[in-house]
Amino acid sequence: MNSRITIWADFLANPAALALWALTAAFIGYVFFAGGYLVTVLQFALIYTVLVTGLNVFMGFTGQVSFGHNAFAAIGGYSSAVLTATYGWEPLPAGLVGLCGSLAVAFLIGYPVLRLRGHYLAMATLAVGLIVYEIAVQWDAVTHGYMGISGIAPIGIGPWSVTSDRGVLAVLLVVSAFALLSAAGIRRSRIGRAFLAAAGSEDAARALGIDVARYKLLAFMISAAYASIAGSLFVHAVGFVSPEVFGLAMVVLAFTMLYVGGLGTVAGPAFGAIIISMLPESFRAFKDYQDLAYGAALIAILMYAPRGLASLPELWSKFRRRAA
Amino acid sequence: MSLLSLESITRRFGGLVALDNVSLEIPAQRLSAVIGPNGAGKTTLFNVIAGSAPPSAGRVIFDSEDITGQPPEAIARRGLIRTFQLVQLFEGLTVLENVKVGFHLHTQGGLLAAILPTRAARAEEARVDAQARELLNETGLVTHAETIAAVLPYGQKRLLEITRALAARPRLLLLDEPAAGLNRPETDLLAALLRRIVDNGTAILLIEHDMSLVMEVADEIAVLDFGRLIAKGSPAEIRRNRAVIAAYLGSAEAEHA
Repeated sequence: MNSRITIWADFLANPAALALWALTAAFIGYVFFAGGYLVTVLQFALIYTVLVTGLNVFMGFTGQVSFGHNAFAAIGGYSSAVLTATYGWEPLPAGLVGLCGSLAVAFLIGYPVLRLRGHYLAMATLAVGLIVYEIAVQWDAVTHGYMGISGIAPIGIGPWSVTSDRGVLAVLLVVSAFALLSAAGIRRSRIGRAFLAAAGSEDAARALGIDVARYKLLAFMISAAYASIAGSLFVHAVGFVSPEVFGLAMVVLAFTMLYVGGLGTVAGPAFGAIIISMLPESFRAFKDYQDLAYGAALIAILMYAPRGLASLPELWSKFRRRAA
Repeated sequence: MSLLSLESITRRFGGLVALDNVSLEIPAQRLSAVIGPNGAGKTTLFNVIAGSAPPSAGRVIFDSEDITGQPPEAIARRGLIRTFQLVQLFEGLTVLENVKVGFHLHTQGGLLAAILPTRAARAEEARVDAQARELLNETGLVTHAETIAAVLPYGQKRLLEITRALAARPRLLLLDEPAAGLNRPETDLLAALLRRIVDNGTAILLIEHDMSLVMEVADEIAVLDFGRLIAKGSPAEIRRNRAVIAAYLGSAEAEHA
């Protein structure tokens, strides 16, 4: 449970942390001005930053496991898609309907299951992910099954809509920055401490008056909200949705990003999402060996920074201490 | 009037009777201790009081209210705060953060305050920070405030668990073998700390193996043996009690004593 380290506190004192952020900022700046295909890749990374940040609140902070957050992304995404494309709603109220739907579903699953310890929740969430996927496939009249829904309007409010790739990128930058800042706020707050306490020792947390079942449910609903927003952003950014978008592959990808970035750290989801989105692109030069290189890079990261990229600053300060 | 009353508590685990009709009064503003050989039912008694193992029969009355069978967090809310025989820290958090968690019951900050830190939320956070450091100062851990709890030496982990419990402002503090694993100087510091806590108005109920510590700090002692209460009284009375000597040393020696 050592992953829950306050990287935030000694951040600016650490050159490795500064370097990591400077690199990220430089990369985003470069993509923004250079344009082209990388803009799409970065949009994708920022949407996943929102999703993984939410997952991190539940898994990293609160120490639980969910294999079903694709369900909440699907509820958000399909609500946005159906209400805007089929019924002509505005993106914002459509997304809010999806958000409320996700919160309601998270409450209904979480309330009974989060009272149990152990693997019940992981199983239940896996089931929900599969059920929502099946509904997306089978409910043809609304979702158009495997065909999916296309022609979804871009993000916008009233008469203003964001159509350019760079504009969408800017909107996503703002949203993902807000996602990260709010996660940082939660991490340092009384609620965040209750989450971390539940992860550290349920018995000790309860003995201090923390209603652990209630806080686990709250963490689950918060993370479902992030996932729902990520789902809505996705369908507006891409303009298309089909069940495959929110399949089990999404869960695998989000897990990879979370662990590579750094489970339980605030900045980890952003680093993980960007690196994992970029890796396959970086290895295009390897042609047939692209997947092999991708796998090798993942293994190398998890071997040398087992607590993720966000733990690099910490490794650096340990190294400095040893050298001194 | 006593702060905590145990009325005919029985706790069975299958066929085993861990506590057999135990009645006990714990007064306010005193340091009470429960002693007894291994397996006497001391920790079970704590679990019954703190709500993690409800009694099979009998009632637990805290401050004239029946708290029998309530969940641990509800009992904690009433001011009954426990520590554990095996130290239960939030290992990945810093020493300071561990203590801040202890303030949970006495703070309000909700989700909105976490995401959009208002002036009130920031003020509360600053207050918690200051009070946590003050407590750490009292228990001598303040120099380790930023240390990750997992890397503390064992004795300081024990001390941190007590500091964290104090943050919850207990009216009755339940300490399960706080001296276990401590060396002599650490035990002496602990004894002084426990006396200070009681002098400041917080009642303590202590379970302990270390007889010299109990004899030094306790105002009243109750003795459990095989789940039964076999004696209670002042340290001097307990020292002379034949049933206690028999339980600890075996009955043959007690006859010679």
